[in-house]
Amino acid sequence: MNEGGLPSARTRAGRLARWVDDRVGVARAGRSTLQKVFPNHWSFLLGEIALYSFVVLVITGVFLTFFFKASTEPVTYDGSYEPLQGVEVSQAYKSTLDLSFDVRAGLVMRQMHHWAALVFVAAIVVHLARVFFTGAFRRPRELNWVIGITLLLLGIVNGFAGYSLPDDQLSGTGVRIAYSVLLSVPFIGPWAASLLFGGGFPGEDIIPRLFAIHILIVPVIITGLLVLHLGLLVRHKHTHFPGKGARDDNVVGERLWPTYVFKAGGLFFLVGAVLAALGGLAQINPVWMWGPYQTQNVSSASQPDWYMGWLEGALRLMPNWEWRGWGYQIPNPFWAAVLLPGVTFTLLYLWPWIEARVTEDRRAHHVLDRPRDRPVRTALGAATLSFYTVLGFAGSNDVLAIAFDLSLNAVLVAFRVLLFTVPPVVGVATYRVCKELQRRDGPAAGESPGDRVAGPGQLGPGDQAAAEPVP
Amino acid sequence: MKVRATLAATLLVLGGTLALAVTAGRAGADESQEPDTAVAPQPGSPAAVQLEANRDPEMVAAGERLYLTGCVSCHGVGGQGTADYPTLIGVGAASADFFLRTGRMPLAAPAPQSPAKPPAYTDEQIIQLVAYVASLGDGPPVPDIRPERGDLAEGGQLYLANCAACHNSTGIGGALSHGNQAPPLLSVAPTQIGEAPRIGPGQMPVFGPDTLSDEQLDSIVRYVLYLQDPEHPGGLRIGSAGPVPEGLVAWLVGLGGLVLIARWITKERREHRRAHG
Repeated sequence: MNEGGLPSARTRAGRLARWVDDRVGVARAGRSTLQKVFPNHWSFLLGEIALYSFVVLVITGVFLTFFFKASTEPVTYDGSYEPLQGVEVSQAYKSTLDLSFDVRAGLVMRQMHHWAALVFVAAIVVHLARVFFTGAFRRPRELNWVIGITLLLLGIVNGFAGYSLPDDQLSGTGVRIAYSVLLSVPFIGPWAASLLFGGGFPGEDIIPRLFAIHILIVPVIITGLLVLHLGLLVRHKHTHFPGKGARDDNVVGERLWPTYVFKAGGLFFLVGAVLAALGGLAQINPVWMWGPYQTQNVSSASQPDWYMGWLEGALRLMPNWEWRGWGYQIPNPFWAAVLLPGVTFTLLYLWPWIEARVTEDRRAHHVLDRPRDRPVRTALGAATLSFYTVLGFAGSNDVLAIAFDLSLNAVLVAFRVLLFTVPPVVGVATYRVCKELQRRDGPAAGESPGDRVAGPGQLGPGDQAAAEPVP
Repeated sequence: MKVRATLAATLLVLGGTLALAVTAGRAGADESQEPDTAVAPQPGSPAAVQLEANRDPEMVAAGERLYLTGCVSCHGVGGQGTADYPTLIGVGAASADFFLRTGRMPLAAPAPQSPAKPPAYTDEQIIQLVAYVASLGDGPPVPDIRPERGDLAEGGQLYLANCAACHNSTGIGGALSHGNQAPPLLSVAPTQIGEAPRIGPGQMPVFGPDTLSDEQLDSIVRYVLYLQDPEHPGGLRIGSAGPVPEGLVAWLVGLGGLVLIARWITKERREHRRAHG
């Protein structure tokens, strides 16, 4: 490219590019985008890992839709998996078996899709943690934080919808729990459940509806929000860690073209490679072992995928209390599976404003916090993460009891205790580690963290803001 | 008059239907008993060998001698039981065979549930002991399990409906309350797989011939034997325990590997920065 961002007219490709640019006119914008600077830190690639997992999900998902039949209509299985031959199953289950045994490359696609879903949500969670612990959600990025939380929520919803589609015993058990959870919502629950399921459980409508949600509605919303998420990222410029030359009014890093494009492209292929390796080498969700869904059947060790594990754990740990009053009853699942996620996501959505209110720091920030320099926030975040981690493990209490030869009842009680003891311990320990790390960084106590990190004398006007102590 | 006639006709029809149903039920039951395994087990099968031993007074006497050294301290003289341990009168050959061959008896130490271990007695000693216990009172005989007679698909459906809730769809076993476990089925011999439903050891319910016919039992055993070496396309079976091990692999191998890759991609610059910064 020559001056002004216009392609050269000397070559045929250049002339073609000029012809296109005359009519579309994006060369200048394209050039400025290509010159965008991205800071170089591994933790800034977590969101990209999620993005590329999503691409793998779309590609493998499109393949699966060619063969999957979203219908509960009963058919006799006649495929090549012997132990189910002659058994009456649903179209959905049969087509999943066909994908696994009789469609060329079907099983590896199914498995890549499932592994990609697990990694997708995991990458979102770790990316969210990075943004939280470094304070990247602060002004002007609050809106992008809100979009990110929505993406996490949609990732979980779509994962659950996809997990439910094969109509096997495990997924049917999950849908049964979802139905009961929906029923437990005060006042609107029974109507909402009846509306979603087209009547009572299980009905014939839920699989086709989950299919529409899974392959069309949620993916379209996710794609739209991803575009917004990345658009805002470009608009705001990327944040960077404090270091030599890093100020609130600049970005220190590599230009998109050529360095970052190749790094990002390379990472895409590596994400694809890891997911393909998992899909080809590690069995996931062998639906032929779980059998077709029968409402009266259940298997021991029935768990949801990991991202629903915290809700499963909350349901398992919740004592069997039921509230009654004024002729109305609030069913037990409400507390663990409606109220808890409601509070969780409300707090997540509001966090940028909660923190701004507490710290009274409403200035724009482009230089990130080092987690140790915001010990209270870091301790709160670590304690919160440990709370949900304990819940997640509690969701597999029967598997843990078997694996470690423990009493199921003892494991349950232990998790109830751990749920309320681990987070404070983790919080206090994290706070003290942060303080200790600060001390080891050197400068005298009392100096504000921002000064220490950027080094005195290199502060831009924005850094002064960052140097405001955060309690 | 008309009402009475209608009533009579209805009763007649109802009675007829009931009689038919009972006959059909009997016929069904008779069919399920054929060939009568309790009377004529396949020659050479464990059931046949045991039946022969039960009728041999010498084997019973040899079993009693073994009983008096190994079992009497808990189960009492003549198998009548003691304060803390159950009687063996009427438990039958199936029960003794099951507990001895899976090593659950003799008990090594008091436990919520006797764990499976290598059997303490030789094959012949077990046959003698079982013959002695069988002589104490009537009880279920060692069943004549013939997996090849069963239907794999039927067995699978019966297994998922009756067994998977405790033993897991994959047969790896599962946790029950207060330290009890539904044990894994992945290395149990066919006869013992068939004995368990008949006798209901520990927490397990009894599935008698009225609940599961001998053919259905054969089908279940055939499916459990299939589970011991199942078709498993798709690569490594990570635990066969569903989403829990899958989630761990997704985090540790999937995301863990990708984080290492992200660090690798950004590594050169970090060294560069250290050198120049």
